[in-house]
Parts: sequence; structure tokens; C-alpha cells
Amino acid sequence: MKYLPVSNADRAEMLAAIGVSSVDQLFASIPPSVRQDPKLPPPLSEIEIRRLFGNLAKKNANARETAFFLGAGLYHHYTSAIADQMLYRSEWLTSYTPYQPEVSQGTLQSIFEFQTHVCLLTGQDVANASLYEGASALVEALLMAERLSRGRTRAVLSQAIHPEYRETVRTYFANLALDVVEVPVGPDGATDRRALAAAVDEKTFAVAVQSPNFYGIVEDWGAASAAAHAKGALGIAVVAEAASLALLAPPGEKGIDIACGEAQSLGVPMHNGGPILGFLACRTAHERQIPGRLVGQTHDAEGRRAFCLTLSTREQHIRREKATSNICTNQGLMALAANIHMSLLGKHGLREVAKQSHAKAEYLKGRISALPAYRLPYPGPTFNEFLVEGPRAAAPMIRDLAGRGILAGVPLSRFGAGPANRFLVAVTEMNTREEMDRLVSALSEIGRER
Amino acid sequence: MNPNDLHYTKSHEWVRIDGEIGTIGITEHAQKELGEIVYLELPEVGHVYNAEEEFGTVESVKAVSELFTPVSGEVVEVNKRAVGEPGIVNDDSYGDGWLIKLKLSSDEEVGKLMSAQLYTEYVQSEEKAK
Repeated sequence: MKYLPVSNADRAEMLAAIGVSSVDQLFASIPPSVRQDPKLPPPLSEIEIRRLFGNLAKKNANARETAFFLGAGLYHHYTSAIADQMLYRSEWLTSYTPYQPEVSQGTLQSIFEFQTHVCLLTGQDVANASLYEGASALVEALLMAERLSRGRTRAVLSQAIHPEYRETVRTYFANLALDVVEVPVGPDGATDRRALAAAVDEKTFAVAVQSPNFYGIVEDWGAASAAAHAKGALGIAVVAEAASLALLAPPGEKGIDIACGEAQSLGVPMHNGGPILGFLACRTAHERQIPGRLVGQTHDAEGRRAFCLTLSTREQHIRREKATSNICTNQGLMALAANIHMSLLGKHGLREVAKQSHAKAEYLKGRISALPAYRLPYPGPTFNEFLVEGPRAAAPMIRDLAGRGILAGVPLSRFGAGPANRFLVAVTEMNTREEMDRLVSALSEIGRER
Repeated sequence: MNPNDLHYTKSHEWVRIDGEIGTIGITEHAQKELGEIVYLELPEVGHVYNAEEEFGTVESVKAVSELFTPVSGEVVEVNKRAVGEPGIVNDDSYGDGWLIKLKLSSDEEVGKLMSAQLYTEYVQSEEKAK
């Protein structure tokens, strides 16, 4: 982080430039009654400031210094120092969405590469330049399907889509003439196939299913797309743990029309919850309705490879109120981070991350399910996250374990998504066997206390 | 030249009446203003429109415009060739570049549209206003 000083002389120069005599005069139009005195403490020296904030930061549990098993939408994967080194170059870090885009060939090339990675992982033809995060990516996918349907009004969502994603959908739909039907999970933890097929009717524009779903269960996207296509609707794949795409069959191979979700796992640190990275990809046949920026590859006047924004007529700056979306930018820096990460790891590296995450999760799952006081409520196959039912309420139990340096999981109660004694446990390549064994012993102890 | 047997709208569409069928397209002036047309979004057969209702979009390399029906009716045919090869709207806007055919629901609406001469004058006055 750079230090940006402002001297009294700088301040006086700026005030003179705008024709006011003091900072107070600058804010004179704000009525005193609405002003708040921030009551800041007296100035501190640099040493004191560092000590103060260092101590504040220590109050946070740090993923690097704990046994970390939190997931539920954000995942603790490794990101290389190389990515940071490149991201902090000011050409990348300080540039905003390019409004004279073709001048910024480097930015466009990076976005094109990101789009290419997303297409390869999802088995789709066209990916946009990214969106803000997974929840709004799902909304954009649904609205896109609604436009393509020309007049249909219903979205069918699996109840095993991340609760926050579904809440975001409801927020967007609240003032639109669109409704949402939610389909519950069956005994195996996957979306109930029969109920899903039965929920789809001639008014349905899309069927959306998440895999691995919120409970960690790997879903059958083929069933979702078949249910959708039977009534002329589109099948939408939602992905919250994108590392899984390196191991599981791409949604495009299972008849899915639009793939969307969260790509944080592909090279973006957890960032205390954000910024993270939404993605959206579809078939060529539907590309006119995709929201956001698209970068294409072309040739310049001398026949050399060049990159340009393409199909911009969908976008707000040209299409105005008829635009496909009010999203007219992308999550540029995070998409770049993901591009660097995926380029560094390559196909084999990404697969290795997925395999390790899965294998370690299987180990932990086996050990926890062998503990007498614990069981796995859902028997369906999982990738790197699974639901555990414990002997007592999960939220206070997890709080206790945090005091011992173990962040054991995410209680369902946090999302109002299930019984109080159930919690999600996520495992990535970052978890060591020692950490997993420590979690198992701690859980075992708690189980015996009863 | 704008053909004399057609009827024209202020939004630069034309309709050719042939019995109960009206063939609709965009004018020579419209295609010139748009430039190279790259994409057409047209309705499906069976769709019913009122006069002046939006029935699709035409997209060129520099702009997108909505298309409006000059008269009311049901879509009975869509120019599939133009959808696959939108450039023919530039090449032959009054012929091969037609867009849709409607089965007319009223024979009175045509009277409200402009003749070729009135439309030509309208375009000229629009040009002057620029």
C-alpha cells in the first residue's frame, strides 16, 4: 500500500483551485444538525499506529494460522506469490474498465484468456468478462433465460442452491412479474428428481441446480437439463466451488445451456468475503442475450492477432434501457488473478488441486462418520465439502473450537438452512493430515462429553 | 427511389399489401443510416401484433434499432434467408431483404401510412432538421 501524504501547502492549493478558503467552508452547505463528530483520538506516531492496527488484526482468526475447514461458498485454496506480484503492477492495479478498450490490448488479452478458461472448464461456447460474484451471476443467468423465453415467467430453483444466491434471486424478482418455485432435496441430499421434473411447466423459463450443491452433494446436471428441456426451458448450472470443475464433467457436456457461479476458488483469496469473482457462460445460440462485456479475438489492419470488445450492442452504453443488463463492467482485477492462477497451474495443476481437495475431504469424511456421536445425514457423493450432524448445537461448538485454533465448519443455522446440530465441513489442498486429525480428536472429545 | 406501391412509416418501415397479406421491411434510407447490418431478431410465426408494436430488432456494426409493425396482424412468414444473411437487407431492402409477412387484421390502417412521395419528403425534412 502506498503512503499518500497531504501537506498544508497541497491543501491550500486545492482549496484555491476550487475557490474556497477553508475545508470548513467547503462543507458549509451541510447543515450542522446532520454533521457527526467522529471523535477521533489524538494523532499517533507511525510506530503506535502499526501496533494499534496489528493488535486489532490479531483479534481475527487467520486461515493461515488455524486449522481451517470453512467453506459454504468461499474456499481456502492456495494462490501463488506470482499472481500477487503481477496483480500489483500498476498497469493492472490502477486501470479501470477500458472505455477506449482497443488501446488496452493487454487487458483485453487477459480477459479473452479468462473467458477461454471459463469456457474450457464449463464446456460452454461463450463466457463473459466476469461478474461481481456468484449470487448475481445466477440472477443474470436467470434474467437471460427469461429474455430468451419471450414471455415465460417462472424460474425453478433447487433448494440446495446456496441460500444467499436464492435470496439474491428473490430480491431481484420481488418487483418483476416473475416467480420462483423451489424444489427440496431428497434423502440422498441431491435435488429431488421427480419433484424437479414435476415443478417445470410451460411457464418455466429456466431450471437451476447447483453442483456440488450447498450440502456438498454432487448433483446430476443431466437431470436438470432434461427436466428443463422437456418443457422448452433452459437448464442452468450453478457452481459455488469452481475447483470442482477440474474434476467433474463440464456442465456443457450434460446438456446445460448456461453455466454460472463463483470462481473465487480459481485463484482469488477469500478477502474476508470480497472482492470475489462471478462467471457466466452460455451456448453460441444464446450469446446475444448474455450480459456484460465480451472480448473477442480478431486481426488488426496488418493481419496481426488483436483483441476487441465484441457484441457491444447488447450493452448499456449503446443499448440504453434495452440493454441485456445494467452490468457494463467486469470484476477485472479478480478475473486477471484467476487467469494468472489458471495459466500457472494449467490443466494438470487444476486437476491436482481438485484431486487433493477431494481425497483429503474423503479421508476426513470417513474419520468423522466413524465417530460414535456423529453422522453424515446425506449419503450422496461429495467433492470437498460435506454435511455433518453432531451431538449438540453446532454454532456454539464451533465457537468453542475456534478458541483452540480450529475453525471446524459453518453451522447451517447461520443460513436458517437446517437443524441446529448440522454443519458443513470443507477441505482443500491447504489442509494437512495433522489438522484433520486434530479436528477429529476435538470432535471426538466433544462427542464423549455427553 | 422509394417504390410507389409501398406504404411507409415514420419509423422507416414499409409494407406491401397483397390481398390480406402485408410484407414488411425497412426502407433504403433506414439501411443506409444503420450501415452494415449484422444481426436480425425477428418474431416466430403465429405471433400477433397491433400496429406500431415492436416486432424485433435490427443490429448494425454501430447501432441497434427496434422494428415496429406498420399494421396489425399475425405473423405468417419470417424471412429466414435475411436472418442467416442480414447483409441482404442492405443490398435489397425493398426486395429480398424483406423481414416478415403479416396476415392483416384490418384493411383500414394502411390509409394512415405515408405514400412514397410523402415519405421521401418526410426523410428530406428529417435530414434538414439535422
